[in-house]
Amino acid sequence: MTSNLRQLTSKPISTVFKSLAYLALICMFIFPFFWILSNSLKTFQETMVFPPKVFPEKPIFSNYVEALKRMPFFKYLINSITVNVLILISQFIVIIPASYAFAMYRFRGRGLLFTLVLFGFMLPQQLTFVPIYLMFGKLKLLNSYAPLVLPFAASSFGIFLLRQYFMGIPTEIIEAGYLDGMNNRQIMIYLMMPMAKSALASVALISFITHWNDYFWPLVMTNTQKVRTLPLGVAALRVTDGTTEWNVLMAANMLLILPILFTYFFAHKQIKEALIHSGIK
Amino acid sequence: MKRKDSENIRSRPNSGSPLKIKHGLLVPYVMLLPAMAGLGAFVVYPLVFLVRTSFTDRSMLRKNPRFVGLSNYVELFHSQEFLSVLKNSLLYALLFVVFSIAIALLFAVWLNKPDRFHSFAQSAVFIPYIVSFVTISLVWLWLMDPQYGLLNSLLAVFKLKPYPWLSDVKTVVPSLVLVSVWKYVGYYMLLLIAALQNIPQSIYDAAKIDGASGRAVFLRITIPLLTPSLFFLLVVSTTEALRVFDPINIMTQGGPINSSSVFVYFIYEYAFKYFRIGYASAGGVILFLIIGILVAIYFNMLAKKVHYQ
Repeated sequence: MTSNLRQLTSKPISTVFKSLAYLALICMFIFPFFWILSNSLKTFQETMVFPPKVFPEKPIFSNYVEALKRMPFFKYLINSITVNVLILISQFIVIIPASYAFAMYRFRGRGLLFTLVLFGFMLPQQLTFVPIYLMFGKLKLLNSYAPLVLPFAASSFGIFLLRQYFMGIPTEIIEAGYLDGMNNRQIMIYLMMPMAKSALASVALISFITHWNDYFWPLVMTNTQKVRTLPLGVAALRVTDGTTEWNVLMAANMLLILPILFTYFFAHKQIKEALIHSGIK
Repeated sequence: MKRKDSENIRSRPNSGSPLKIKHGLLVPYVMLLPAMAGLGAFVVYPLVFLVRTSFTDRSMLRKNPRFVGLSNYVELFHSQEFLSVLKNSLLYALLFVVFSIAIALLFAVWLNKPDRFHSFAQSAVFIPYIVSFVTISLVWLWLMDPQYGLLNSLLAVFKLKPYPWLSDVKTVVPSLVLVSVWKYVGYYMLLLIAALQNIPQSIYDAAKIDGASGRAVFLRITIPLLTPSLFFLLVVSTTEALRVFDPINIMTQGGPINSSSVFVYFIYEYAFKYFRIGYASAGGVILFLIIGILVAIYFNMLAKKVHYQ
């Protein structure tokens, strides 16, 4: 009887507690993004009051115009897009045949070569950037797109993901191809590639997210606006000695994250699946 | 005859060994050539170069580096700066690994429900992972601003003293870890949720029939069956923590007084600001050894305890 009573009384309290926990969790992760948006619509004076205001008094959009003016925005944007497209093209050229060979063929040294891929997966590029920088320097290719693109062409992640996918294709389909008199190349191009479309899309999504956001690599490989990408432009708006105009900076940040949020909105399932897939196997 | 053939193909184990397709001897090598050239040029060669350079006094300013033996390493371990970099990096990694995995596990167990609300909550936690560290560092820098930051004004609401966040040698590393955990925990949670969903319901049902308590189920069933994923996360989060650069460069530049300088930042500074390639490379080799040793330890110690279903 008493335990029944306790259950009855404790239920609403635990529900309140639970709801509060959810609210706190969601605030903790959403709020910083709201803060970017809110501050991007404030005047400079409004960002400098203590305690800070959550909402701008009267939202202004001039910070966005200002952000475009403070840096060669369109130059950076075009560089970002170009680098991402070039990386994607070079990755497809390199990883499609490689992953197909790993998944479908048996040959001497397969294990060893795949270990090399694994090693590339494990080795952070933050370890090897100095030698790679010197290498491109020797080739007189620094401040071109080459050092921003070529080191990512042989993507271990992409080889992994695609190989896994090819291995999962039922063998009946390949047998059917043989029965229809197709040769290996025809099977690869006409049978396997169309089926691998979604896996290729996963590779493309992850590649876009990684390289659109990348700050470290373009920072160390370039020093001219000619080839620098958007994250560097945004980061450079912060003044380390002097007053940073946070409202303009947050507007620039909005411009940087919008493409990513759009991508997430339309492809969140695929993004998550690709990341889980790469993580588990 | 044909039937037997196809069965033979299908019965091949799916992991590792692929099916037998007749092909020319060189075909796979030709297909792998671009990938191997890329890995050779941007993984193997730079690593060899790094090790070799670490024994020289190579500099950006001067040609013809000389062999100097171990003197770069000797200098590193006599440098107060490098020792604090080592300390900062290891502290950062320890805090990041422990907190990111623990919180990810908590969130995974909590939010692993199929309804819309929970998948919204999962998305909210996950989104920072796909947003640039530039944006995240900048907004947290602003939130943690000692004068105008929102966090300190929140503390003021609760009549608490302002916290120094990034401006104090004692609090800077934990503050940076907070930001990194905030960014990465959603991804780690996602991996653990996927792993949780792979645990068959029948195991839980059996435990229920046997009268196991919620805690016993969690400790004796959930955790052991998650060990492959937790093990993977341990490797991934350690590497992630030891290669951290973006938030350091954007938020603190290694300060105050070197208290948040980490490996990659140290290498970057010595290579690109002081042009001492040989010295910076020696730092890189040590970082490589630390990552290698930790991963080897994980594989040896933990692989034995990992439970596969």
